[in-house]
Amino acid sequence: MITLPASINASLVLDIVLLVMLLVVAGAIVRTRSLLAAIILFGVYSMISAIWLVVMDAPDVAFTEAVVGAGISTIVLLGAILLTRGETEKSDWRKLIAPALICAAVGGVLIYAAMGLPDLGDASSPANAHVGRAYLEGTAKDIGVPNMVTAVLASYRGLDTLGETAVIFAAGIGVALMLGFGPRSSLASPPSNLGDRHVTLRVAAKLLIPLIALFALYVQFHGDLGAGGGFQAGVIMAAAITLHALVFGLRETMAAIPSRVARSVASLGVLIYAGVGVVCMINGGGFLDYDYLFPPAVEAQIPGWILGDGSHAPHWGQHAGILLIEIGVLLTVTATMVTVFYGFAGRTVDDARREAKR
Amino acid sequence: MLLLAGTVGLLVAMAMMIARAIMGASHYDRILAVNSFGTKAVLLLAVIGFMFGRPAFLDIAIVYALINFITTIALMKFFRYRALGLPLCASPGEEGGDG
Amino acid sequence: MADILAWAGGGFVIIGAALSLLGAIGVLKFPDVYTRIHAASITDTAGASMVLLGLCLIAGLSLTTLKLVFIWMFVMLTTPVSANALANAAFGSGHKPRIGAFQIMRTDERRKTPRGVDAP
Repeated sequence: MITLPASINASLVLDIVLLVMLLVVAGAIVRTRSLLAAIILFGVYSMISAIWLVVMDAPDVAFTEAVVGAGISTIVLLGAILLTRGETEKSDWRKLIAPALICAAVGGVLIYAAMGLPDLGDASSPANAHVGRAYLEGTAKDIGVPNMVTAVLASYRGLDTLGETAVIFAAGIGVALMLGFGPRSSLASPPSNLGDRHVTLRVAAKLLIPLIALFALYVQFHGDLGAGGGFQAGVIMAAAITLHALVFGLRETMAAIPSRVARSVASLGVLIYAGVGVVCMINGGGFLDYDYLFPPAVEAQIPGWILGDGSHAPHWGQHAGILLIEIGVLLTVTATMVTVFYGFAGRTVDDARREAKR
Repeated sequence: MLLLAGTVGLLVAMAMMIARAIMGASHYDRILAVNSFGTKAVLLLAVIGFMFGRPAFLDIAIVYALINFITTIALMKFFRYRALGLPLCASPGEEGGDG
Repeated sequence: MADILAWAGGGFVIIGAALSLLGAIGVLKFPDVYTRIHAASITDTAGASMVLLGLCLIAGLSLTTLKLVFIWMFVMLTTPVSANALANAAFGSGHKPRIGAFQIMRTDERRKTPRGVDAP
């Protein structure tokens, strides 16, 4: 028997092994004094979390955890510790007694509370019985998108997602205000390249960067059908741009995507998202009510063969609305991550220049 | 059954990689251990996807194969050169002609 | 026929997992960073090829097989390149290999005696 029929034993074994690995890695992160080792172990921690989320049947969340936790987060943390010292200070164990007791007490209360939670996948728990069931039953009728996570995220709870996009945008602005929009000194002088000749790396990077960008677009548009969506696609696209900056230098990347463009694209994304909502309001519905996205005259003109088999009502407004707001999310997330990277990397270029002049 | 045996083998290998990442003699050992862990994690995701009958998990495997590479390059560049903004390779026009 | 393919696929997956396991044992036991890079990258690439080939045999001809081929392509492209870059960086930062004896000439040195006269 090659494939198991999703038996409990396999998931239980996997769960236990993965959680033990998480515990070991967390212990190592706390005990290590070198910050670079801590960052490396953070990447490992995120990846084990992503695998555990996959075992628990949550592919969208696992996707986001894999790309954000093990990818962008590591690079941004590296940028951060470039601006500080590389080691933590040794702390006296006597100072740690009170925090340890507080953590143990809070942890004990949480474990006690967790024992009262309903079982995983219990159909009668409040989370699954009322709103959850309404979404499960209503998605096919109201929205017609196969991926229910996208349906809830983009349509039923579209306002929350607009808030999240605005928060990401605000975070990007905050980082840019603190760290600047890129290197302060002009980039006209040729950069010093770093010595070793990484020929294979250059060739491989030239092959990979467009493939990663293409895959980001696939994830973006496939988010309606499988795991994916705007957030994951935005982070993957930002990872491609970051790879370009790592291999070919910040100057080349900023020549391709200037900081001005990154900022404008970030605000354009939020504008598209909110704009869709306002258009729906203009056409007579509520804010972000995609059924009113197209006026009825326009909707009658759309030919039936574009989408679906015609056996159920096509929901053009829903499909178009979800597509547009996911594009908005993609633009904002990509541009924000690129702005944050420019901020950190620009600081280190300035420091390197100052060191060279000394 | 065979897939489950493969999963167990991959998990043991990943645990060994974590051990190397924690004890690593130098930071290069740690970067190597994380890169190898990442590749094994990609294989584990693919095998788990087949075991649970959900081939949608392959997308996650593809994306992590790419992200793993980017993280390894970033870590290597940071540790070796302490710089994230300067280029690793000169562009073809600037090198001495044997690029 | 499909059953035989499925069993063959499972066999390939086990071979691939065993290769990865051997590589992990190597990374734990080998004495210095260059030998570890050698062990990890070779067995990772070969093990990934075997595992993905086995999964392709199980999946048959479908979109899933195409995605597996993509994963294989990316692994073949990235694992050796990152191993090369890592070894390059380790050597450039002065990590001396711990086993084996060989002479490395820096590019600005010149050979003082012609070839064949030196001790090997």
